[in-house]
Amino acid sequence: MAPQPITPAADASNEILLAATGVSKRFGGVRAVEDVSIAVRRGEIASIIGPNGAGKTSLLNMISGFYRPDSGSITIEGVDTTRFRPAQIAALGIARTFQNIALFGGMTVLDNIMLGRHVRMKSGVLSSFIYWGLAQKEEVAHRERVEELIDFLELQDLRKQPTSALAYGLRKRVELARALALDPKLLLLDEPMGGMNQEEKEDMARYVIDVNEQWGTTIILIEHDMAVVMDISDRVAVLDRGRKIAEGTPAEVQRNPAVIRAYLGAGGEGRGQAA
Amino acid sequence: MPEFEWQFTLVLLTNGIMIGLMYALIALGFVLIYKATDAINFAQGEFVMFAGFIAAGSAEILGAPFWLSAMFAIIGMIALGFGLERVVLRPLIGRPVIAVVMATIGLAAVLRGAATMAFGAGTRAVVMPVSDEPLELGPVMLPPVQLVGAGVSLVFLAAFTWFFLKSRTGIAMRAVADSQQVSMAMGINVRRYFALAWAMAGIVSALGGVVWGTMLGVDNQLALVGLKVFPVVILGGLDSIMGAVIGGLIVGIVENFAAGYLDPYVGGGTKDFAPYVLMIIVLMIRPEGIFGRRRIERV
Repeated sequence: MAPQPITPAADASNEILLAATGVSKRFGGVRAVEDVSIAVRRGEIASIIGPNGAGKTSLLNMISGFYRPDSGSITIEGVDTTRFRPAQIAALGIARTFQNIALFGGMTVLDNIMLGRHVRMKSGVLSSFIYWGLAQKEEVAHRERVEELIDFLELQDLRKQPTSALAYGLRKRVELARALALDPKLLLLDEPMGGMNQEEKEDMARYVIDVNEQWGTTIILIEHDMAVVMDISDRVAVLDRGRKIAEGTPAEVQRNPAVIRAYLGAGGEGRGQAA
Repeated sequence: MPEFEWQFTLVLLTNGIMIGLMYALIALGFVLIYKATDAINFAQGEFVMFAGFIAAGSAEILGAPFWLSAMFAIIGMIALGFGLERVVLRPLIGRPVIAVVMATIGLAAVLRGAATMAFGAGTRAVVMPVSDEPLELGPVMLPPVQLVGAGVSLVFLAAFTWFFLKSRTGIAMRAVADSQQVSMAMGINVRRYFALAWAMAGIVSALGGVVWGTMLGVDNQLALVGLKVFPVVILGGLDSIMGAVIGGLIVGIVENFAAGYLDPYVGGGTKDFAPYVLMIIVLMIRPEGIFGRRRIERV
């Protein structure tokens, strides 16, 4: 992670966007995350996999400022964000979704997505009281971006629907739209395909790839569906009981004996196929 | 058995509506805080009382004209709202609801005591520069003070409805009320919105204090109008402005009808508890209130 000279666009793919170095988090006696280091390059889709309770979401919560690591550090574009609060992380252009869908239930799809643009809005609380002033002009510009996202995620007919009335897969999609409304440079997705049927999963996988390709958004993905992960990830890190046990391309990780053991249990069918 | 007199009924109804709108104004302060911060403010009546003292005190001591003393009350209550949020409520963010409830009950006692210490125990007047002559509309007599009070209530209830539905700040405030965690992930500064909610409740309480202070006079007893907030918000729903209006109207009308139709037979007093009887009945049938959002608990 040596500091690099300003690289031309062609080499930008090697630049480290996010680096977690030796981070640990304990809850009481439980070591949720233990001395984990990961580095995510700009523009890639990096996945974090592992059995239940491996510490994936805890790691994500540390990156997004919801948990403060007990030790270790996290830097985003060279800025030490270890002690940043969630709102400060969001202000840096880091968006996230939640494992359990976390939409604002009483609000429409449109209001939910507009809230995702909160950090991009310049006029403050007081000036927005004067609705017909600058704030409205700003509102129109933001609305345009939101409409782009509504088109992108094919939510056109649902703008005015309360999110609580939507089907599960659609709510996941609205949550992705809301995260994208932040125009994130880094998008943290916590099981975006959890609980979906095969068709919904394929749709979501396509959206994730499109986001990455169209806008160059760097993505950290937590996902249980191995087929999807191996399909769309540039690199994969594997956690097990709080520790990182493997890292590499999907192909490398699939061949790694430690990974196979973690997934198939300590019995160790050494040469078996990864799940 | 007296005959049914529609004129008498009309008078009771009109007065009930006027008073009801003014109850709604006070309930609005309560709803604002509940909507934004999920906290139940048991000191709402004391907020109103304190605002009344500021208005009456600044008129008496500084000789300020009515409009200026109303401004003082508003500014004073904004400052009080911000201050209390910062000092008392903020450390309680994320603590159990009961802690916040107890804190506001304590706050209520402190405010009552502080007001008596600062302004004395006597009843003070807030004098609204409107005529004492009631406006006669057929059989109905409307005191101008009530008309102004009801008008102010309507304007602010409409303004806050718009604010929560359409303004970006209002929508963000609803988001914060819905989920602090998710709001933070959107980059919303949750604490700033909490402070804003308390300040807005301060503004509403200041208006309530001026209006109710004019009608009842300002002393410790003024805080008792705050107790009417509970049947109002239970009937209407804790987090609904429209509910506060309708709850307020129901309470105002029920009170007046009880006073007009029941009191003559039982020797008086039903006016004071009739709204609470209704509140208990509604709680038994529909615990979230008539217009409240049904909360679906995730297990």
